[in-house]
Amino acid sequence: MTTSTSTDNQHYFVPDTTIWPFLASIGLTSLVWGFIQILNGNSGKFMMIAGAMVLFFTFFRWFGEVIHESESSTYSGWEDKSFRLGMSWFIFSEVMFFAAFFGVLFYARVLSVPWLGGAGEEFDTHKWLWDTYQATWPTNGPGNVGGDFGLVAWSGLPLVNTLLLLSSGVTVTWAHHALKHNNRQHLIWGLAATVALGTIFLICQGVEYAHAYDINLTLGSGIYGSTFFMLTGFHGMHVLLGTIMLFVVLLRSMRGHFTAKNHFAFEAAAWYWHFVDVVWLGLFIFVYIV
Amino acid sequence: MATSTTEIEADIHAHDDHHHGPEPGLMRWVKTTNHKDIGYLYLWFAFSMLLIGGAMAMVIRLELLMPGLQYVEPQFFNQMTTMHGLIMVFGAIMPAFVGLANIMIPPMIGGPDMALPRMNNWSFWILPFASIMLISTLFVDGGAPAGGWTMYPPLVLQTGAAFPMLIFAVHLLGISSIMGSINIIATIMNMRAPGMTYMKMPLFVWTWFITAYLLIATMPVLAGAVTMLLTDKYFATSFFSAAGGGDPVMFQHIFWFFGHPEVYILILPAFGIVSQIIPTFARKPLFGYSSMVYATASIAFLSFIVWAHHMFTVGLPVSAELFFMFATMLIAVPTGVKVFNWVSTMWKGSMTFETPMLFSIGFVIMFTIGGFSGLMLALTPVDFQYHDTYFVVAHFHYVLVPGAIFSVMAAAYYWLPKWTGHMYDEKLGKFHFWMSTIFVNVLFFPQHFVGLAGMPRRIPDYAVQFADFNAISSIGAFGFGLSQVLFAYIMIKAVRSGKKATDQVWDGAEGLEWTLSSPPPYHSFSTQPIVK
Repeated sequence: MTTSTSTDNQHYFVPDTTIWPFLASIGLTSLVWGFIQILNGNSGKFMMIAGAMVLFFTFFRWFGEVIHESESSTYSGWEDKSFRLGMSWFIFSEVMFFAAFFGVLFYARVLSVPWLGGAGEEFDTHKWLWDTYQATWPTNGPGNVGGDFGLVAWSGLPLVNTLLLLSSGVTVTWAHHALKHNNRQHLIWGLAATVALGTIFLICQGVEYAHAYDINLTLGSGIYGSTFFMLTGFHGMHVLLGTIMLFVVLLRSMRGHFTAKNHFAFEAAAWYWHFVDVVWLGLFIFVYIV
Repeated sequence: MATSTTEIEADIHAHDDHHHGPEPGLMRWVKTTNHKDIGYLYLWFAFSMLLIGGAMAMVIRLELLMPGLQYVEPQFFNQMTTMHGLIMVFGAIMPAFVGLANIMIPPMIGGPDMALPRMNNWSFWILPFASIMLISTLFVDGGAPAGGWTMYPPLVLQTGAAFPMLIFAVHLLGISSIMGSINIIATIMNMRAPGMTYMKMPLFVWTWFITAYLLIATMPVLAGAVTMLLTDKYFATSFFSAAGGGDPVMFQHIFWFFGHPEVYILILPAFGIVSQIIPTFARKPLFGYSSMVYATASIAFLSFIVWAHHMFTVGLPVSAELFFMFATMLIAVPTGVKVFNWVSTMWKGSMTFETPMLFSIGFVIMFTIGGFSGLMLALTPVDFQYHDTYFVVAHFHYVLVPGAIFSVMAAAYYWLPKWTGHMYDEKLGKFHFWMSTIFVNVLFFPQHFVGLAGMPRRIPDYAVQFADFNAISSIGAFGFGLSQVLFAYIMIKAVRSGKKATDQVWDGAEGLEWTLSSPPPYHSFSTQPIVK
């Protein structure tokens, strides 16, 4: 391999030393340590709050620095590509996280619940253990864990939520086009609409959860309640995170940040939002309808 | 392993104006965004975890030295096996490889640093906190987790106050790994020097590229699995309880969907290291470079569809057992390609046997032994006999100790002169290699025999007919443990008083990293070279 050194190569921005990651570790550790204490029946509330505050403060300052660097043209297309790669692969890791829970849903529905009813090897064990149990979905198992429960109809709030998220996908794309055509007004309106739709989605989800608990569909309602709440719950948390990201982007847009060519943060938030959208479509079909 | 501050500052490129050298004092290590500083932190961290996990292994082997219960309670013994596994996998081997990636990938591809230096710092600094959380479970009510490193429910749900600590320690370690891997992928895709095309990248870079992909794809799945354990224990869910319609076997499926790619995460970077070292000391280019790349990718692909070979005895449908048996045996093909390529690289080479080469040849031979016992375990009907015996313990320790750990040691000997500018003591290095190799075989080879004869794993006591082989195995363990103290001595001695190393270090070594000075400048390639 022969090499020579070029003199006119561009310079990659390697940031100066920083205390934020270390502080973030302390914040994150305190947060989960407080939670561990609560789970073990000790008092950990104060520690959790302190940890969350440290983490929030750290991220605020850390990302503030990055935003400042971005706005003062420290980055070229080279650094920008690193951010884009980072965000894409982060979203891929999130896809795999949801894949685990979807995998659980499919495994339970297609394999393990029918097996409880004697499907597969055609053994008679289930007749001796739980003769009257109907191994059909939805189920809370042969133990009727959590007691009888009702179901949330897909045609009610879930359908409304689907429409909300789909239209938020449209509004965020509208905002993107406005940004690319230097239309600041439409950019702000598009983002504001997206944030609003995300917030309404979260409120609807809260109302739906309250309704579910009224009809005794809880996290403790066997495998159905477990998969229902864990899938929709983690999705809801991601909607919340996406909404916060879009809100920050909205505030930055109002301050005049971003240009038609340089707006990685906007695109990252938009990618994340579309990811959340697609996950919801999967949920809507496999949790609510089918 | 770090060089002194003044040396590094002297080496900073003159035109590198808006980059500063390291901070003075301890804060250098806390606040650093430099890929080499972070890499050294990873390596020191991994080495201390190796000693802690190793001490636990010594407790295990001490108890197993003779039949009967001598030194520890069975519950504590189980805590030792569980913690030994968790610490070695997540604390020692993975961070050691990430450290090597951090130090070596930027210079190997002609980049100035890692792509996301601040996140790089965070990836490391989560680790010590997570490990302290994990190790401190030894001192809480009910002791450390004792249900095995695989955390199978319902047994693991009986863990005491340590349970949420275990879950969140795994979460934190996972976050660290995911961020580290995102950084490595972004670095490889974005920081290569002009002309450094994908098919010109050194094999260590290639294997890490694929390993990082495996990590990003599987660590979130592990996060999902342990989250479900947590909610099953504290929030009334029924994922792994048949009474509620769940299935404890489902945990095993999710865990091993992570766990099988994980074993390749622990060995692919080792393949990369050995593929760097053997050509250097055989003084021939690597035989079959592109087949090595494709073999690595094939292994990664296959690793996603073989997970249930860890579960042949749980009562899978016969069709599933057949599928997973054949898919597992397929892995022997790309792995064989690699072994034959290493051997062909050495064929008719002008070989010399410096310490890194000895460790690499040891790797090839002993990893192959572990690979063959893996092939035996892949056969479903045969596995019914071997499952959960010491044969399994012997198998995975052959691929992880004289496999993964030998490769890390080979890497340390091979690159230490480049990192520090000082040579290690060759005589002592060779002595360390022979001690390690002899004792590691005394340690693990007899375990094949007791396993085939039916001795189960994870027990503190055993039937008397296994006594002789267990005694031999324990003696090997103590010898192997002591040999690693020698390793620490050789490394420290090299840093302190080793004779000066040249920039080229090894006359057969090729690649961009050898064009840098020894030790290299603080920011490896501030100006990118052009690769022709």
